[in-house]
Amino acid sequence: MHSEAAPDRIAAIQSDGALIRARGLVKRFGDFTAVDGIDVDVAPGESFGFLGPNGAGKSSTMRMIGAVSPPTAGELRILGLDPAVDGPAIRARLGVVPQTDNLDLEITVAENLLVYGRYFGLPRATLRTRAAELLDFVQLTDRATAKVEPLSGGMKRRLTIARALINDPDVVLLDEPTTGLDPQARHVLWERLYRLKQRGVTLVLTTHYMDEAEQLCDRLVVMDKGRIAAEGSPAQLIRTWSTREVCELRFPLVEGQPGPERFVPDLAPVLERGAVERIEALPDRLLLYAEDGDAALMAVTAAGVHPLSSLVRRSSLEDVFLRLTGRTLVD
Amino acid sequence: MTGPLLAPAALSYCGQRMTAYRHMWRSSLVSTVVEPALFLAAMGLTLGVLVDRGTGLPGGVSYLAFLAPGLLAATAMQNAGFESTYPVLGAIKWDKTYEAVLATPARSIDVLTGHLLYVLFRVTTSVVLFVLVMILFGAAQSPLLLLAVPAAVLTGMAFAAPITAFAARQDNDTGFAALQRFLILPMFLFSGTFFPVSQLPTVLEWVAYATPLWHGVSLARGLALGTIGPGAAVLHVGYLALWVGAGVWLAARSFRRRLVT
Repeated sequence: MHSEAAPDRIAAIQSDGALIRARGLVKRFGDFTAVDGIDVDVAPGESFGFLGPNGAGKSSTMRMIGAVSPPTAGELRILGLDPAVDGPAIRARLGVVPQTDNLDLEITVAENLLVYGRYFGLPRATLRTRAAELLDFVQLTDRATAKVEPLSGGMKRRLTIARALINDPDVVLLDEPTTGLDPQARHVLWERLYRLKQRGVTLVLTTHYMDEAEQLCDRLVVMDKGRIAAEGSPAQLIRTWSTREVCELRFPLVEGQPGPERFVPDLAPVLERGAVERIEALPDRLLLYAEDGDAALMAVTAAGVHPLSSLVRRSSLEDVFLRLTGRTLVD
Repeated sequence: MTGPLLAPAALSYCGQRMTAYRHMWRSSLVSTVVEPALFLAAMGLTLGVLVDRGTGLPGGVSYLAFLAPGLLAATAMQNAGFESTYPVLGAIKWDKTYEAVLATPARSIDVLTGHLLYVLFRVTTSVVLFVLVMILFGAAQSPLLLLAVPAAVLTGMAFAAPITAFAARQDNDTGFAALQRFLILPMFLFSGTFFPVSQLPTVLEWVAYATPLWHGVSLARGLALGTIGPGAAVLHVGYLALWVGAGVWLAARSFRRRLVT
């Protein structure tokens, strides 16, 4: 086994600040390139996110970081270790919440934690204490002896998170943690993840929800087609790639006629006067990027364009993504 | 990726399956014993009477004494076959329990050996239970029948390993119905469980000799009737062990290819 040598190497990597380091990381499945040469650094205690649409290569990246999927090319170090050599030693210190729940449906809620902890070589007595604490943390204590199958989606997700914490991991990997959950369940989950973050646990997550990325990530990369399109904190990304505000204009849709883009030529004076920096035409609305959204809206009216409705809002990561890729995150 | 073949993680996976078994042992107990018991009753107690009254079996053995050890080996095959098909594909594809286990320090070989350990446990308990039922109903005519237990367990494992390899390569469960219909059932009927294979046309007789079940049945029966010689015993054990070994090797490959992508 290689694990004896592990602590030195972990100490070495932590002194230069990266728990996870990827350089030119590539994953191919046959002819298909899922991850196309990405560089990533995650520091201890950080909440790091991969934001991107389905098929961007986020899950493939997570599986490589989770030391279950060998990289096709490039360099990858997790906790200072090479997953090709020290897979088991790396996995011993990770907690993994996969995209779809993979709980054991034939056993109870508490048993899912107890059984899982055995793979980490934890004594049964320790596991019993820890399982009770974790069930309390994810608010499932009253379900301890229930079977998993009848639990709601949010409960199963919380149980999966509890299971990922059974080995007291240094890094928790969360692949689309709240996809498919209703808004209330998502907020419960975010609150629990935020507590973990406050305890100093390093979180690495993927999401295609910009609000989730904004809530949970200190720093994130925007991924598209296997590549990293941009990197920074949510605020930095918005500053760099968007304007402070956005003015959304909706127009009556007429069957057989072009969509809102038919009004773009009429808005030329607004752009010329500098009230709006950039216009994006979506199938159902126009997005006017401006420092001052209200001023932009007034300029629109002054130009003789009268939308059916309008909305002025702050820029979000959705706008960053649209700018970087020309597409929306959730179609 | 070197390490011991039987690592603690394999025991943990076996333990996970046993935890699930604790929730369903009552219902599974009945089904694993009822089916072979029905065959024993139908064939042994009714058809057997006719056989014993007619030309009889070679060596003047009663039909029930002939059938019991063979049925034991065939039952082991059936149980091992079931445990190595649906649960394996389910854990790979439907419930993704293997994926969860592989996120821990466990390796794909640990999942495989843990699975086979659990099948070993299931096959052993069902065979032992079946023997107890036989004794209870007076179908065991000699204490030597107990010697058929390890032979039956070995037979079961000679099927568990290659069938696991097969299951790990499936995309859906249609292959399992074909396996049952075209391999398991014909073997069950024609590999010497119910009648000596010398009754078959010569070509089919030689096909029967190639099946692991014929070796399992012959071993179990030879031990139970006290008629087996050391040479034949070594041949049967060796042949079954070959199936176990080749099956484990194939299954290890299938698991790695399917699970480590």
